[in-house]
Formats: sequence, C-alpha cells, structure tokens
Amino acid sequence: MVGLGQFLEVLIGGLMSGVLYSLVALGFVLIFKASGVFNFAQGAMVLLAGLALVRSLDLLVAWGFPLWAAIILGIGFAAVIMAITAWLIERFVIGPLVNQDGLTLFMSTIGVTFILEGAAQMIFGSDAYPLRLFPTDAWFLFEDLFPGGILLNKLDVWGGFIAGILVAGLAIFFERTKTGRALRAVADDHLAAQSVGIPISWIWFVVWFVAGLVALVAATVWGTKLGVQFSITFLALKALPVLIIGGLTSIPGAIVGGLIVGAGEKIAEVFLGSYIGGGIEYWFAYVLALALLLVRPQGLFGERIIERI
Amino acid sequence: MKMPNTSEILLRVEGVSLAFGGVKALRDVSFDIRKGEIRAIIGPNGAGKTSMLNVINGFYHPNHGAITFKGRTRAQMQPYEASRGGIARTFQNVALFKGMSALDNIMAGRTLKMRRGLLWQTLRYGPALAEEIEHRHRVEEIIDFLEIEAIRRVPVARLPYGLQKRVELGRALAMEPDLLLLDEPMAGMNLEEKEDMSRFIIDVNNHYGTTIALIEHDMSVVMDLSHRVAVLDHGVKIADGTPDQVKENQAVIDAYLGVAH
Repeated sequence: MVGLGQFLEVLIGGLMSGVLYSLVALGFVLIFKASGVFNFAQGAMVLLAGLALVRSLDLLVAWGFPLWAAIILGIGFAAVIMAITAWLIERFVIGPLVNQDGLTLFMSTIGVTFILEGAAQMIFGSDAYPLRLFPTDAWFLFEDLFPGGILLNKLDVWGGFIAGILVAGLAIFFERTKTGRALRAVADDHLAAQSVGIPISWIWFVVWFVAGLVALVAATVWGTKLGVQFSITFLALKALPVLIIGGLTSIPGAIVGGLIVGAGEKIAEVFLGSYIGGGIEYWFAYVLALALLLVRPQGLFGERIIERI
Repeated sequence: MKMPNTSEILLRVEGVSLAFGGVKALRDVSFDIRKGEIRAIIGPNGAGKTSMLNVINGFYHPNHGAITFKGRTRAQMQPYEASRGGIARTFQNVALFKGMSALDNIMAGRTLKMRRGLLWQTLRYGPALAEEIEHRHRVEEIIDFLEIEAIRRVPVARLPYGLQKRVELGRALAMEPDLLLLDEPMAGMNLEEKEDMSRFIIDVNNHYGTTIALIEHDMSVVMDLSHRVAVLDHGVKIADGTPDQVKENQAVIDAYLGVAH
C-alpha cells in the first residue's frame, strides 16, 4: 500500500519537473504565436545559451572576478550572443523567406538547428560543463506528518519561481503593448502587417531575441540540473507533447501542459511501473499527447480552429 | 460628379517598368494622382493593375522609373516607409489578422501613431493609458462610420466576406492616410454590399478629403465613383481621362472586347 506521503512527494516532484519542461515549451510558443513559425531550433538555442553562459562564467572566475560580478557579466554576455544569433537568423534565414508558407519556414529552422548546434560546440567546446547557479540540495517538508518527510528540490522551486515571472511578463507584453499587437499581426498575415507599417524584420528580430532569452533562462535551470552538454537539445523533444497538450498558441497552456506531463509521467512511473514494467516515464507524455490529439487537436488552451468553407 | 477643386499632384508615377523574369508586368507606365480625387485604374485581367498598386506601396520595386509622393522622388521604397509616409491599402483577397477581433484589427492600423514606450504600455500607466484611450476613441469613430458596431468583438475569420472587406477598409482608415489604395473593394459582393461600399468610399473622400486610388472590375461602379480613370492593358497604359473620355476611347473598347493584338 502506497502512503499519502509518498504520493504527495511524487506528485510535487513531478509538477516541479513539469515546470522545467514548460520553460523549454515557452520558447516554442513564443515564436509560433508571433511569427507562425514552428521553431525546431529551440533546443539548439538552449544549448547555445547554456554554453555561452557556462564558458564565460568559468573564464571570468578564472580571471579573478568575484562570483556575483561574473554571473551578471556572464548572463549579459550570453544575452548578447542570443541577440547576435537572432539578428543573423532574421537577416539570412527568415528575412529572405517573408511571405513564404509555414512549412518552408519550419524546414529552414531545421537547418538552423544543425548550424547552431555545430557552431555552439565549435566556439564554446563540446564537453559537459557543470553549472552551479542555483542550490541543488533539498528541503524535507512535514517531517512530523510523514515518515521521512516530503522531499522538495530547491532547484525545482527556483525553476517554478522563474517560470512564473517569465509567464507573467510575456503575457503582459503580448496582450498590452503595441509591439505585442504587432507580433500577433505578423503571425496572422505578413502582407497585411507590412501594409499597416509594421517593420517586419524588426519584429522578427525581437521575437527571436526574446525566444533566445527564454532559452537562456531554461539553460540556467536545466544546466544546473544536468550540466551544460549536447544532450540538453533533446529537451526540445520533451517539449513537443507539452505543446500538443497545452496548445501551440497559449502561454498558460505551455505551463499547464508541462505540469500535466511532469506529474503524469512521475505518477505513472511510480504507481504503474510495478505492474506493467518500468520506463513509463520515457513514453507516457507522447501517448498522452496522442490521445489528446484525437479529441482536441488544438490542445487544451489552443485557439479554436475557425474556418469558413 | 464634382471634381476636386485643386490640381495639386499628390503622387506621380513616371516611366515605371516592372518585370518578373521574362514576364513584363508594367511597361513604361506614367500617370499622376491629384490631391483629393478618386482615381480608378482599370483594365482586363492580367493588365498589371495590382502590380501598379504594389509598386506604389513598396511591395514591388520597379526595374525602371520613379515615384514622386508628396514632392519626394524615389526609385523604390520599403512597405513600412510607404505607410509611414501616409499610404494605406486594402487587398484583392482580404488580408486581415484572422485570429484577432475586428476591433484589434482596426487598432493595428494605429500602430504607427502610437508613441509611448514599451514599459509604460506594459504597466498601463499615465501617458500610455491616455494614449491608448485616445486611439481607441478614434477607432470607435471609424467603427461607427462603417456601421460595424455589432461585430467589433468578433474574430474576423468568422465574419462574412462583405464585412471582412469593411473591417479591412476600417484598418486602412485608422492609419489616417493621405493616399488610400483599394484593390477591388467590391470583388465578390452582392448588389447591396456594393452600394454600401460605394457610399463609404464617397464618404471617405468627401468627409476626410482622402485621396483614393482604386482598382475595380465593375464598370458601372468605376464610372459612377471616379473622377479620372487610367486604363492598363498588358502592362501598358492605353488611355487616361475622365470616365466619359475613357468610355469613348477606341483602344479601351478594343482591349475589353478583345481585338487581335
């Protein structure tokens, strides 16, 4: 018989790791919402941002900077790298493809993925680099209620906190500002957006830069958890079911989708694993996404698909 | 119909040629648009009418020739420069922001007029709030003018075609343009919708004094609405003048009835 304490621990642990999936999914949603492009390169951008951050940190510390200054400068440096990347992508890949089909743009981001992965490792190195931005020990809660208490990773709490701030900021940016409205306009129709005077290349730079910053945030948390290394790009694959469940166009959807995937796979692993064999964690999210596709193709929070025939 | 009482020239197109590979869409086309007039561009399918509009608002860059708008001459410009300079347009196949409401679509037309910084807009505080309210007020006037109050919250993808065209006109008007380009504003409309649209076009011209250049296939509409008509055929301007002059022109009659070239 499984105790309530264990159930709560698994649930909370799952929810928390779900938030970390959401951090990666957010980058996808952002670019899709704002340019109608499904950005396959988001995982590669997390790798690039993480490598730029961890390598500059190491160098700055070796030069004798105090840790706090090194962190600020390192994050600044990584942000500049993401800005340059955004500019290059707009200038040489997305810019020349204005008014092209969504599928064409998607294919181009696959190309961007390989270039970013290669360039990032060529410039910053291809080892696994440990990153220590957040505490990695754990709290034990309610020790008087449950034997052993409930384990709660401090890193996960930080991740949740950061994701919350990020989502609030992005939601306000999209809904309330002129630039946010311009972003949605560009996503809907390039020509019409140009005709009302929206400078499309500037907007795309902003979108890719913000997605780069979201990738940087994801890299700080995931880099602390796993170390900064090539396998961090596979996070993008975990973000796919999160997107399908939450809806590609919804920022809150990315969060809720992440929570469902995170909690669902942990609970399934722990409580079903003993009956149908382990390893559920690795496929649970995809099966869940597939089931949801059948009943609600736009995702839980996605925009209703409206079409006049 | 009353001619505008000024002969000041707002836009002049001189010797514009445009080719796509071997296809010559425009060949040495010259004409002008006077301030305050309704200027029609007509011609059979494939005559280069839409290409001409695309050149004027910067979507296409001509291979030869120059465009003078408000006294400034240039060989080519970017679409956002055209809209910043006061050129607004609608499209042959409605180009709206489909996921957004009619209101948001028209608000998008105010993009260039908004000045307050991102931070203030985010916080909805002070001057930025006042600015948003002021723009909203202007947009509501346009909504009243076009009689689309009832649909302002509806996502435009759900609206019937005629209303979508009206929202698109609203978005162009929200830019308070000096020159309004309308690409087949009546295409696909029934008689009643066409009459409504004609009324709006005349009202825009009368009340706001907006100069209008329009492409239209419905000849009775063109002849009723416009002060002057330019006729294109196979990328060449074959006639230019008042509706009555154009109607009498043998080259125009041949182009429409199809004489062997």
